[in-house]
Amino acid sequence: MFTFSLQKSLFTFAFFALMTTTSYASKSIEEKTETYNPVPSIMHHISDSHEWHFWGEGENSFTIALPIILYTNTLHVFMSSEFHHNEDGHHVVENKGNKFVNFHGKIYLLNNGELTAQFDEHHHVTNATIPLDVSITKNVASMLIGLILLLLLFVVSGLKAKKNNGAPSGLLSFLEPLVLFVRDDIVKPNIGKNYNKFLPYLLTLFFFILINNLLGLLPGSANVTGNIAITLVLSFITLIVTNLSGNKSYWGHIFNPPGVPLALMPIMIPIEIVGIFTKPFALMIRLFANISAGHIIILSLISLIFMAQSGLGDVAAWSLSPVAVVFVLFMDLIEVLVAFLQAYIFTLLTSLFIGLATVEHH
Amino acid sequence: MDSMQLVTPAIGLMFWTVVIFILLLLILKKFAWKPILKAVDDRNNSIKEALSSAENAKKEMEQLTADNDKILSEARVERDSIIKEAREIKDQTIAEAKSKASEEAEKIISSAKKQIKNEKMKAMTELKNEIADISIQMAEKIIKSELKDGKSQKKLIEADLKNYMN
Repeated sequence: MFTFSLQKSLFTFAFFALMTTTSYASKSIEEKTETYNPVPSIMHHISDSHEWHFWGEGENSFTIALPIILYTNTLHVFMSSEFHHNEDGHHVVENKGNKFVNFHGKIYLLNNGELTAQFDEHHHVTNATIPLDVSITKNVASMLIGLILLLLLFVVSGLKAKKNNGAPSGLLSFLEPLVLFVRDDIVKPNIGKNYNKFLPYLLTLFFFILINNLLGLLPGSANVTGNIAITLVLSFITLIVTNLSGNKSYWGHIFNPPGVPLALMPIMIPIEIVGIFTKPFALMIRLFANISAGHIIILSLISLIFMAQSGLGDVAAWSLSPVAVVFVLFMDLIEVLVAFLQAYIFTLLTSLFIGLATVEHH
Repeated sequence: MDSMQLVTPAIGLMFWTVVIFILLLLILKKFAWKPILKAVDDRNNSIKEALSSAENAKKEMEQLTADNDKILSEARVERDSIIKEAREIKDQTIAEAKSKASEEAEKIISSAKKQIKNEKMKAMTELKNEIADISIQMAEKIIKSELKDGKSQKKLIEADLKNYMN
């Protein structure tokens, strides 16, 4: 039931996103029929992938192959390079007796006896199912890099902090103010006196989002915090932590809102229950949309050059490129700010929700 | 279709996010947040302690200075009193010595005077006796010589009488 309603809301959002992108695309198609369409390229850049593509096309591209892990009845592990960068479902990979194709970034398991993938007129694969896919995708790999970076930075700092009890130095002197900022300016004011219990979670949350936001800004990197699955997990953890720590007065406000006439209870209680989910849902959408939007804007600005080249010629492309570069630089700087800001906001709101759920009334 | 994919969470990615996040949380909690926050708290405490001990030291110093001043002034007062006392003792001693000396001197003088007087008296008595002896002897001699015959006896009596008559 929950997943169904979630999917429904996701689809509503998707519809909105689709509207904006398609209108943009159709406009450019109307004006210049031969103009380069940046939408597929942008979508490819901000989507997750089974291989880590840097540059080039097809067999000449520079791509890092990533492990594909599938579960059908047995576990299938093979490298993404076995598909030879084929994403239109024509290259069949056989592993442990099962046949797989990669169609638009999704791995399909061909039905028994099928040798190639069949498609209908809507470009759907007709003779295959989607297996449980727990591959180390580009986003997972990027998260692992983030994990290693965070562990290196903070475990080294932790060891340093353990050894020396004087003033912080080196790496620690840079990271310690950030840690203290999270503790003293985000967590403490919002949660109150019981903040210590939630501090490790909130610190981890802040630095996880921050490092993945920042890694996402590097050229060729993944769009980790702009992926709905990741923001969904983070906000779901917020939902769980908030509601598990909710005290009597928190639940009292939901199931017996104070000052509400009895006649309104049948309306108020469902609203309050929906409210439990809208708060983390907003968190999920905010982080996803902010980071994805930043990536889309930067990619669009770069695409302007190629659109100018295909529509107006090389001279226009060359003369537009400095403008595009300046705009991209400006956007990159804003994105650095956004990287910090979104990590701050996510942590701040999570602290606030926990604070509201644990506050002692009178 | 692509946009749809954008807002459809992938199960595998969600799984790995959960794994990575929880792993990160557990490791960082033990090896980073605890030691870092402990170091910060320890430092805060040690700074607080250092400040309060400095404050205490300052207070102690003030107390010490006050004590020193007090001791110094007490010592000054004592010194003054000792000097005063010494001066008094000196004056007294001198006065005593003087009075004793003069007393002694007077005693000596008076005893000397007495002795002189006694000696004088003694000498006078001796002299008197000597003179009396000498006078008797002379009177004897004179009488002897005067009264050697009747005529001279008569003359003497007459002279004496004459003296008495006058």
